[in-house]
Amino acid sequence: MKPAPFAYRRPGSIAEAVEVLAGEPNAKVLAGGQSLVPLLSMRLAAPAMLVDINGIPGLDKISVEDGGVRVGALARHAAVLASPDVRRVQPLVPLALANVAHATIRNRGTTVGSIVHADAAAEMPVVLSLLGGSLDVEGPSGRRTIPASELYLGPLESSVGHDEIAVSAYFPALAQGAGVAFEEIARRHGDYALVGAAALVDGDSVKVGYLSVSDVPTVVDLTGVADADLGEAALAQLDPAEDIHASAAYRAQLVRVLTARVVRSAREGIQ
Amino acid sequence: MTEELHDVRLSVNGNTHEIRVPARRLLSDALRHDLKLTGTHVGCEHGVCGACTILVDGNPMRSCLMFAVSAEGSEITTVEGLTNPDGSLGHVQQAFLECHGLQCGFCTPGFLTTITAGLRENPTPTHEEARDMIAGNLCRCTGYQNIVKAVERAAELGFETDASAPSSTTGSAS
Amino acid sequence: MTTKLMGQKVQRVEDQRFLRGLGRYVDDVAVEQDVLHAAVLRSPHAHARIVDIDVEAVLDIEGVHAVFTWDDLASCTPQMAEPLPLLIPHPALTHGRTQYALAKDEVNYVGEAIAFVVAEDRYIAEDAVGRIRVDYEFLPPVVGIDAARAAKTLVHDDVPGNVGARMEQNVGDAPAAIAKAPHRLELDLTIERSACMPMEGRGTVARWDPDLNRLQLWTSTQTSTGVRAAVAVKLGLDLGQVDVITPDVGGGFGVKINHPWPEELLVPMAARVLGRTVKFTEDRREHFISSAHERGQVQHIEVGFDDDGRLLGLNVEFWHDHGAYTPYGLIVPIITSTQLLGPYKPHNYRVVFESLYTNTVIVTPYRGAGRPQGCYAMERTMDAIAAYLGKDRAEVRAVNFIQPDEFPYDQGLIFQDGRELEYDSGDYPAMLEKTKALVGWDEFPAFKAEMAAQGRRVGIGLACYVEGTGVGPYEGAHVHIETSGKVKVATGLTTQGQGHATVFAQLVADELGVKFEDVEVVTGDTRRMPYAVGTFASRAAVMSGSAIHLAAKRAKEKVLKIAAEALEASEDDLEIVDGVVSVKGSPGTSIDLGTVSVLSNPLRYAFDEASKAATQFSVGDPGKPPVAEDDEPGLEGKDFYSPERATFASGMHAVIVETDPETAEITILKYAVVHDCGHLINPMIVEGQIHGGVAQGVGGALYERMAYDESGQLLNASFMDFLMPYVTEVPDGIDIDHLETPSPLNPLGIKGAGEAGVIPSAAVFAAAIEDAEGLTIKAMPISPSELYALRLENS
Repeated sequence: MKPAPFAYRRPGSIAEAVEVLAGEPNAKVLAGGQSLVPLLSMRLAAPAMLVDINGIPGLDKISVEDGGVRVGALARHAAVLASPDVRRVQPLVPLALANVAHATIRNRGTTVGSIVHADAAAEMPVVLSLLGGSLDVEGPSGRRTIPASELYLGPLESSVGHDEIAVSAYFPALAQGAGVAFEEIARRHGDYALVGAAALVDGDSVKVGYLSVSDVPTVVDLTGVADADLGEAALAQLDPAEDIHASAAYRAQLVRVLTARVVRSAREGIQ
Repeated sequence: MTEELHDVRLSVNGNTHEIRVPARRLLSDALRHDLKLTGTHVGCEHGVCGACTILVDGNPMRSCLMFAVSAEGSEITTVEGLTNPDGSLGHVQQAFLECHGLQCGFCTPGFLTTITAGLRENPTPTHEEARDMIAGNLCRCTGYQNIVKAVERAAELGFETDASAPSSTTGSAS
Repeated sequence: MTTKLMGQKVQRVEDQRFLRGLGRYVDDVAVEQDVLHAAVLRSPHAHARIVDIDVEAVLDIEGVHAVFTWDDLASCTPQMAEPLPLLIPHPALTHGRTQYALAKDEVNYVGEAIAFVVAEDRYIAEDAVGRIRVDYEFLPPVVGIDAARAAKTLVHDDVPGNVGARMEQNVGDAPAAIAKAPHRLELDLTIERSACMPMEGRGTVARWDPDLNRLQLWTSTQTSTGVRAAVAVKLGLDLGQVDVITPDVGGGFGVKINHPWPEELLVPMAARVLGRTVKFTEDRREHFISSAHERGQVQHIEVGFDDDGRLLGLNVEFWHDHGAYTPYGLIVPIITSTQLLGPYKPHNYRVVFESLYTNTVIVTPYRGAGRPQGCYAMERTMDAIAAYLGKDRAEVRAVNFIQPDEFPYDQGLIFQDGRELEYDSGDYPAMLEKTKALVGWDEFPAFKAEMAAQGRRVGIGLACYVEGTGVGPYEGAHVHIETSGKVKVATGLTTQGQGHATVFAQLVADELGVKFEDVEVVTGDTRRMPYAVGTFASRAAVMSGSAIHLAAKRAKEKVLKIAAEALEASEDDLEIVDGVVSVKGSPGTSIDLGTVSVLSNPLRYAFDEASKAATQFSVGDPGKPPVAEDDEPGLEGKDFYSPERATFASGMHAVIVETDPETAEITILKYAVVHDCGHLINPMIVEGQIHGGVAQGVGGALYERMAYDESGQLLNASFMDFLMPYVTEVPDGIDIDHLETPSPLNPLGIKGAGEAGVIPSAAVFAAAIEDAEGLTIKAMPISPSELYALRLENS
């Protein structure tokens, strides 16, 4: 399984990357490559050009900002997972990241890359959505911030323009008195989740984000719902599908079970 | 139409190599066919099996999910680089020998590099941590029981021989 | 060295190269040379007529050297244009069919080879494959056993009902016995398709040597001699012009016994035509869609039994899905039919199967080769009988065992080797006691109650099997002691990780009295041993082990004869230790093997120290010819082992599982194996085989299945969606105990061990989950989603 031919550019700056992208409508950005390269090898995608951003300095920064933590486009999952700043400021991120594939994949794959890839079966897109985070992108008309709520358009489709490059993702901090939890159930350790859930509890507010239950990362507001009804209330807003690994009914069952678990766990985690 | 070729300098196991390859040449193929280092094996080419795992600046990565052109500037370690300079087995290799941690040997290089890095990061793993260290690599022959034992034995051997060795990102065994 | 190596955990010699990354697998062969690489255009449709193939666009691509379709095959030889061989014919296989090396008019499974491209590298070859235009006329595909049986459409127009074969065997009159039995039960079971899935796929490298007029072929195979014969015939070469060398092989588990693969013929054909070395290495997707699968069956069982659960009659009908073609004949369903009986006496047994065509990948043996399916049928029946009678599942089995004093026991059937199914030795009652003790069978009810009080569900399962191993027709060995004192050993069957080079060296070191390090073993090279069958059916240790033992004996006889003369002693007074022959009790009177080797070959010239040293001894009578009439020069031994029948290993597995009441996830709490493969040559290697087999069994019972959709597309043709276990999915530790009932059929008393770990897996997990859940399990494998569905159905 070898990729089809492509042109290759390795820009030395964001500006150069934007310029290159603008010149080639059928180009894709290469960062971690852990999702992209298999698609190329299986010839499910055949871009005319790859723009390799791994050489751009300073893109791997992880920094604490006012009210949250910012993760650069080249920050590997492993670095974000290991960052004491991220763990302190927004513990949901490492909780979710620990479930991303296996350690070896996390050494190369990037958190921002996962967010842009827009896979509803992945952990980071729904975490960003649940937390109300955002993505900064740079394009020919400059830099803009895309809130998570405007980021996901459809399966594997984000609103990042083809001539824009993601520069960083911003995760809001965990507020005082709020709690988070994450749990997913997969067939094998490290596989894509059959169903996954992330909970954010803040005072009375209860929100749960789901992976692998819909085409786009989906967040459900369960504020005010009684504990016993959490699962059914969530299901009313979700449409779990069937595939070769699980029936729709089983996914629905996992939604019930995981919703209850993550909400309880998030509550228990509140300091 | 001829494909554009790129000059790539790869630093592998402490040696520098200059190759000229298309951008789409996977790092796994470059190591095997351009550098003739056939110890790194290809099991799936979609990043799942781990047979192609090498160390990039000391960190395990799937060489089938990287392009050779992307690897310039990094220090790569393959299984060949885990053998001691005098040809004797490094301690992870030695542990596999003692514990019968391999049968057909095809997945083994990926385990050896992964465990070498894993023990460098965590030289005294618990049993659970030893299992977790190898949880991303597939083996069809051994059923993993002896590979777990090999991780634990390698940890023992690492302590016995090597407490003062520098943790290096070049090709020597550790 | 005075300790025998037989039974020792000797470290493996092959590890020295594998651990350093210096193994030489087929894709590593010729990597230093200028080699051309091949890719294959494979059918994207499960069933279609080929209207036209257009390769025009391909020839213009820079770096492409050739493209072949079926039309080109006839210009190689007429045989190349004919279908691939049907390797194992059988009278019951009335409608056997095989594919062409490249599809002629029709394709019958997604993955079937249509065109073969050879190019500068694999990347370019794949580009070229992508540019070939094929016009297809779609035909309705047949997918699954139900569709095959219904036969609304046919896979092959000339195979009515999609039935390739129907075979019936009878011992006594089972229907009558069942009719008048005090109790009767019926079961309908299914078991799904899986596959061997070795970490290394298939591959072939070929070089035509114009100077020697010979073809050299490296291929990742389980049978060097099989491939050699097939290639010679198909390419119109003398057998003597073809060398097949088996490189290091990254696992086989059965899939590499089938031969010749189309590529095994196309690669040497292209090598000859192009005058270049050509290499084909399949990728993982190709392995999924163009190698082989196994395991899928639908079974209907009727059983009659008495109040104790003793079998009075067993009537089994099953339908076996063999995919689109039948190159390997009926081996798998025949093994199911015969090995189904396990350690039991059915008294009256009827087994009928239909082997059916579907538009899917071919089905050839996968570790167990039909035994897992048979064990599943038998063990589910035993569990059903126990449930019906309210008896302990172990007791019901014990009542049916063949007893230790009943061996040899003739089951009255014909086995896969065409010989009587006669069990040579075993002790099933003792094995059951060990198994119960190992898993804690009697203590389990209390444990289950304790867990239930905590709201946890646990269950225990037990399954027994008997495995016919070491089938013939023969294997051979050649032992050569060189003048250096080193011993070179060759046997023709192959190795895929079983440690043959180590195990066989142990046998030679023991028999000859040489140092283990001085013995070098080569397997699967037709230049070194051209008479061989192959590695399958857990036969290598028995067949080649015995042959090597016998060959080493012959070499030793010659050693002693020459040494006795040289030392002026009697043969009976001699011993060989660490490669030195000396008179017992008189160590000064000695001669080393290298010198004996020199003496065995009366050359005129002295080449080395050994030759010079030999001149101090005088052997032979100057009045007689230097090489006697009944003798040969050199210190060699060659022998073959050909058994009367298979030898029967056996074993029992027991597992304790926990099922999650909410998520239906299944966790393995304890896995116990008691295993009898007679005498063990290297216990470390045997245990490794059990570990690996159990892991494949866990995969097959809980995770792996081939998911075909109705149009015959394989939906999970990758490691992402075909779920092989990682370390996290196998039990943390397997409890293993051994029993040794030696085989009376071979000199070492050994039985085969390679497949055992995987045989009872589906049965034992079905039993344990059933026990945990209190519902009936008929279909395996089972996932949490399927268990959840069963719960809903049953509530």
